[in-house]
Amino acid sequence: MVARTVRTDDRPAEAAEPDGAPAAWGHRHLLDVDVLAREDIVAVLDTAEAMEEVLQRRVARTPALRGVTVFNLFYEPSTRTRASFELAGKVLGADVINMTGSGSSVEKGESLIDTVATIRAIGADVIVMRHPSGGAPYLAAQHSDAHVVNAGDGLHAHPTQALLDAFTLRRRLGDLAGKRIVLIGDIKHSRVARSNVWALTTLGMEVTLVGPRTLLPTGLNAAPPASGRDLSLPRVRLEEDLDRAIEGADAVMALRLQRERMQGAFLPSLREFSRRYQITPERMARAREGAAVLHPGPMNEGVEIAADVAHGMQSEVERQVAHGVAVRMAVLYLLTQGVGAAT
Amino acid sequence: MTAPADAAVVMNAGAIRRALARIAHEVVERHPDTGRVILVGLRTRGAPMAARLAAAIEEFEGVIVERGAIDIGLHRDDLSLRGVRPALQPSDLPSSLDDRVVVLVDDVLFTGRSIRAAIDALLGYGRPSAIELAVLVDRGHRELPIRADYVGKNLPTRRGDDVQVRLEEVDGRDEVLVAGGAWEGGR
Amino acid sequence: MSGDLLIRGGRLIDPGSGVDAMLDVLIREGRVAAVGADLGGVDAPVLEAVGRIVAPGFVDLHTHVREPGQEYKETVASGMAAAARGGFTTICAMPNTEPAMDGPPVVAQVQEAARGGPARVLCVGAVTRGRAGERLAELAELRDAGVVAFSDDGDAIASGTLARRAFEYASDLGLPIAEHCEDPALAEGGVMHEGVVSTRLGLRGQGALAEVSIVERDLRLAEAAGARLHICHISARESCEAVAEAKARGVAVTAEVTPHHLLLTDAAVAGPNGAAAAASPGGLRYDTNAKVNPPLRSGEHVAACLEALRAGVIDAVATDHAPHTVTDKQCEFDRAAFGISALETAWGVLGALIAWGELPLDMAIERLTWGPARAWDLDRVVPGLGRLAVGSPGDVAVLDPSSRWTVEPERFASKGKNTPLAGMDLVGSVVATVSGGRVVWGEGAS
Repeated sequence: MVARTVRTDDRPAEAAEPDGAPAAWGHRHLLDVDVLAREDIVAVLDTAEAMEEVLQRRVARTPALRGVTVFNLFYEPSTRTRASFELAGKVLGADVINMTGSGSSVEKGESLIDTVATIRAIGADVIVMRHPSGGAPYLAAQHSDAHVVNAGDGLHAHPTQALLDAFTLRRRLGDLAGKRIVLIGDIKHSRVARSNVWALTTLGMEVTLVGPRTLLPTGLNAAPPASGRDLSLPRVRLEEDLDRAIEGADAVMALRLQRERMQGAFLPSLREFSRRYQITPERMARAREGAAVLHPGPMNEGVEIAADVAHGMQSEVERQVAHGVAVRMAVLYLLTQGVGAAT
Repeated sequence: MTAPADAAVVMNAGAIRRALARIAHEVVERHPDTGRVILVGLRTRGAPMAARLAAAIEEFEGVIVERGAIDIGLHRDDLSLRGVRPALQPSDLPSSLDDRVVVLVDDVLFTGRSIRAAIDALLGYGRPSAIELAVLVDRGHRELPIRADYVGKNLPTRRGDDVQVRLEEVDGRDEVLVAGGAWEGGR
Repeated sequence: MSGDLLIRGGRLIDPGSGVDAMLDVLIREGRVAAVGADLGGVDAPVLEAVGRIVAPGFVDLHTHVREPGQEYKETVASGMAAAARGGFTTICAMPNTEPAMDGPPVVAQVQEAARGGPARVLCVGAVTRGRAGERLAELAELRDAGVVAFSDDGDAIASGTLARRAFEYASDLGLPIAEHCEDPALAEGGVMHEGVVSTRLGLRGQGALAEVSIVERDLRLAEAAGARLHICHISARESCEAVAEAKARGVAVTAEVTPHHLLLTDAAVAGPNGAAAAASPGGLRYDTNAKVNPPLRSGEHVAACLEALRAGVIDAVATDHAPHTVTDKQCEFDRAAFGISALETAWGVLGALIAWGELPLDMAIERLTWGPARAWDLDRVVPGLGRLAVGSPGDVAVLDPSSRWTVEPERFASKGKNTPLAGMDLVGSVVATVSGGRVVWGEGAS
């Protein structure tokens, strides 16, 4: 694990309480995991533990975010992420409004900046945004004083997915420092993989990326530039051979393989991909006993993951979905701390 | 937690021990069927108090009383008024409180707002047959129609006074301090 | 009288004439009448240039004036005004207008709009009709209408067969084809350079290969046809190597590079570093003003372009001035228009490179004057262009190579305020620009 200087640029200077009470989370937006320090991530996971307990109550509802309006602005179809945010907001007592790219002024060509300004004017305190273009939530955050949560932007980032994966892994494996995880498949087009590389390495995991060369992004593990800003992702292990990579792993994560990848000649066929990269019971036997299996969903069973593994004892897939609500509650709660405060 | 130089000790370890023992007896007296009772401590200092009460009842009556802990962070009505809030912790309660007698346990009863939040949180777990309240110190100045059923010590204070309860499990020693005037650094 | 001017007391650097000396320049009726020491006592208005550099007016081989068709982005008039501020007295208008400059009427329209303006506007004709890449435009008619080169800039001539015919046909006409080298299949719709930064930002990348493959193809096609090839806005190390090799074996190839590809890397897309990054939520800017085609590339490519410029592999610095409206740029990165408004910052960028020791002063001036003029043989169209010899046009840039200034796009004459250099400190200013003996920018501008 490479030590990285974690930038805290978007954090206001906030003195800790004199008696050692934890300082406020301090981030105004959640755009990616890259700006989160280890303690920021741990704060999310710890808070999510409390949220998870709330979800177990017979009446899972609290007034914590009463008066807060959460706007789900989705420019891409999504069922699970949007529903997860919606439920998270409602359990915390927030008002949640959903808006999709179709059937709205967005379809008439309204600019993103105008849309965001309008939503803010209506009274949104939090804008949860999914968008097909990398960086779109950053643009929204530049042009709105609402809190912006990135719910997936293009190929770039999906921070709440990475945080819920970290939550799931921590529950299963305990302290993640020194543990090994293997991410498998279409890394190149995966915002989930990118955010997970940030989150899991920051928590001390050793991350291995496995996939054919055509599905790995350019510039991984590059030497830092001689001058100027180092924009590289954290260092990872790269493997082309899954059997070798999975040896002794504490966890494996399959990524969804989009069927259109055959068109771009990234792959010859699903058959060949599944033969080389599918997580099978035989391959899981090479991992550490009791290793966790994750998948961000929706799964192509029989392609990147065998059905027996997807629904087997080691699968965390369903729990990931459940944990998603708790983690998103934690994020909404931490971001809106101090909403309505004088300063 | 630091206390100012003029803070006076109003309860020492012995006084705290005796007060909790008395409360334990009162709870059993009022609820001979201790199996229905659950002692629920408000985090932070109510939780170890609930544990001490349970231990005392076990000692006196030879019965084990269930206990739990509740975090009221998500149920406060003053979220926006507080700059930095303590980190949330999971509450620890059985999934159903139907027909149970819940005794909420807290260190200091002041405005009553914490207790209101705790009651709000409890309702997520079902319908208790009764909710009662045990506190180590009642310092007055209620802002809500809430009263304690079991009180360790009634402590007349001025509104601006600061009352600090210290418990072995949290603070390393048992004592209750009160300081006059407005000083920074209180709870 | 109009068109008469004595530029006195400056250091004349005229690389095309091999001159670097303290000399005065006398312009009569718009043309250089005399160059000499202490040309006092003549009856002409005087432009004092003591402590300044006096250079031939800059020649830009690559300007988008957007007229006709996109006058909301730029017009010939606003483009000429921007040129004057940047020290450019000759600009070559690219044909990706609406309609495309693929026939004499559009050429005439632009020439008419430029008449009497502060800069000379030379036209570049489209290679294919409507720049559609399907049928050749009437290239001979375009030449007769006065175009100085052919280009489908904005796109490469994707079809190899069509490109081959274009080179063969153009070779008869003696004009170069200026190619925008980008293989659309290899570029895969990438919006920035493919590499560490595109991976970090999750933006689709276009690798250097998309450029290099067309550069190499065209070098072979032009060589086989005996035609002149000009590589527009070269940006990749491998392209520079290919051009160097081709020049060595005698191919009639020339190349240009933009100021921004000499200064900025792809990290500019992510925005400023350090404390300034704090101004951007999440520390990343997704700066659409740094979105340009070809994309800003990594440090090794920038270093290679600088080296190729110094070695003469690259003949000219050309701005690829591409003005856009705020709306074109203030949107998602994927949707933003490609291009940088560059006429007014070109000299400041080169000045910074001079100050850092990356480029000698006289060479920087050469690549903005005689370099481009010679690359396209513009001397044949406008005798003496790109130099300040007797008989040359009275086009002069009076420069201060060391003054520092901050880029404030809102003060640009160009309608396009789109530049990733906004707020950046540059070195070297254009003190005055003289076009045909008339001071069109700076002290004493009329």
